[in-house]
Amino acid sequence: MSLQEAVDRYVADSAHISIGGFTVNRNPMAAVYEIIRQKKTGLHLYAHSNGQGVDELIGGGCVARLEIAYAGSGRFAPTCICFRKAVESGCLQVEDYSNYQMTLRFAAGAMGVPFLPVRSGMGTDIVTHWGFPAELRQADERLPDQKLVALENPFGNWGEASTVLLVPAIRPDVTIIHVQTADRAGTVRIDGLPFTDIEQAKAARRVIVTCETLVDKENLRDHPEYNQLPFFCVDAVVHAPHGAFPTACYRHYDYDPAFLNQYRHWAQDPQRHADYLKRYIHDTPDHAAFMALQDPRQIERIQADPRTGYASGLDRR
Amino acid sequence: MTYSAREMMAVAAAREIKDGDIVFCGTGISMLAAMAAKHISAPNSVIFFETGAIDAQLEEVPMAVGDPRVMLGAAVHGSLADAFGFMQNRFTGEHVVGILGAAQIDPFGNLNSTVIGDYTSPRVRFSGSGGACDVGSFVGRTILFMQQEERKFVPRLDYLTCPGYLDGPRGRERAGLPPGGPEVVITNMATFRFDESSRRMYLAGCYPGVTREQVLERMGFAVETGRALPVAPPTPHELDILRNKCDPQRLIL
Repeated sequence: MSLQEAVDRYVADSAHISIGGFTVNRNPMAAVYEIIRQKKTGLHLYAHSNGQGVDELIGGGCVARLEIAYAGSGRFAPTCICFRKAVESGCLQVEDYSNYQMTLRFAAGAMGVPFLPVRSGMGTDIVTHWGFPAELRQADERLPDQKLVALENPFGNWGEASTVLLVPAIRPDVTIIHVQTADRAGTVRIDGLPFTDIEQAKAARRVIVTCETLVDKENLRDHPEYNQLPFFCVDAVVHAPHGAFPTACYRHYDYDPAFLNQYRHWAQDPQRHADYLKRYIHDTPDHAAFMALQDPRQIERIQADPRTGYASGLDRR
Repeated sequence: MTYSAREMMAVAAAREIKDGDIVFCGTGISMLAAMAAKHISAPNSVIFFETGAIDAQLEEVPMAVGDPRVMLGAAVHGSLADAFGFMQNRFTGEHVVGILGAAQIDPFGNLNSTVIGDYTSPRVRFSGSGGACDVGSFVGRTILFMQQEERKFVPRLDYLTCPGYLDGPRGRERAGLPPGGPEVVITNMATFRFDESSRRMYLAGCYPGVTREQVLERMGFAVETGRALPVAPPTPHELDILRNKCDPQRLIL
């Protein structure tokens, strides 16, 4: 299936979507750009600690509501730029959680339980301050009626905990992840840190996987111990080389510091940002065309060193 | 030997890390502090990231906790569920020291990294908790990095993102949090610690050339200064490690 077809089929306007990756690593950027290209609107977005993917979807005008733990791209944008502007101008409703709370919320969705307990966050404003009011929650059956609920330990002091915080499951309509290798049926092999991608995928009704390398089934069945997600969880598999660019894909390529610095400059100014969206996304038919606009020498520079899995000695200033 | 305030901060934090500590690292200067400690005084400390990279070897300084540089030579590539599980786990959690930063801090070491102003219509929006709330909740000791500014040391936070001692003695217990809390605050001018009984911040040390008055002028609340001692400047060895081993490209320094 093409990415265009997968996004058209599975990402409806106002869908609840979740994207994988973490800060500057393995964001499903080819799919993010395709969502922007198709001018999807009103999305309810779940992300963990996501930088570029979240910021581009917001800047592209696709997102109405966001549940997140951390919106930043490390040193390139300690707070994501379009995210910050959208929240400060009242264009985006955001609800905050911690990273572990988000992990457990996706895990609860994956496990099929309504909530999981955690010992993090009691006494903080993360519990008391809701991003979405009670009316909005009740009106949308895909949202729980409450944000977080503290519960006295029903097992007494077992586990040396007087209280636990219950975090509700996230159940997205669709999750999109970018991985190193997938087979044609959808079985997934992630190299390096999986972050929370697998829980995010298992929690969703539909899953789109984009991959650097698409292989036949036999290639992944030789070493099933290296695979994380079975094919029956996956609805669309798309071959998308450089599908995480400008974020990194371990053992394939590094993040691109030049692009991320340039993006920060574009995103800070409405006109520059509009020009960027037009030239790189709306005027390109697909991710291959987006990549063709990049400087080939820089793409060469960010190639991963086989020993380290990233571009050793890359100029990252 | 001349040095910058950031270098002094990284060295001051590195000195807090004990050999054998499991060091939870965030973004930026905390990574440098952990790398420097490993090269100088705590060779058996373990650097780990919330992303699940355990005992990362860090040949190059990562730009984010999701940077592929955290993956090199790790003992285990876990997931976020693993990383936070190690902190919540009673056997491993007590060996963890967390390094955190924030936009605001209050006298009990609670942190704000979410908003300035009202939560639903903020004047300034920051990145949000990330793992900070979890680390502050779970681990026995945290090291906090702050810039010494009046608007950052506030009597009351605009939003409490990460728990310190909450409202004071036994505050964490009343809220149902595990024991623990902040150990030291490291700024560009001074260090602060927390009183054992009141849990309030006090001035613990001033950097060379900095007076107590200069520090107090850059705070939105008063602290006790009677226990403050001079902080030794970075040694040539510490600076050499920091500049040439940890951050030769000056990405963070």
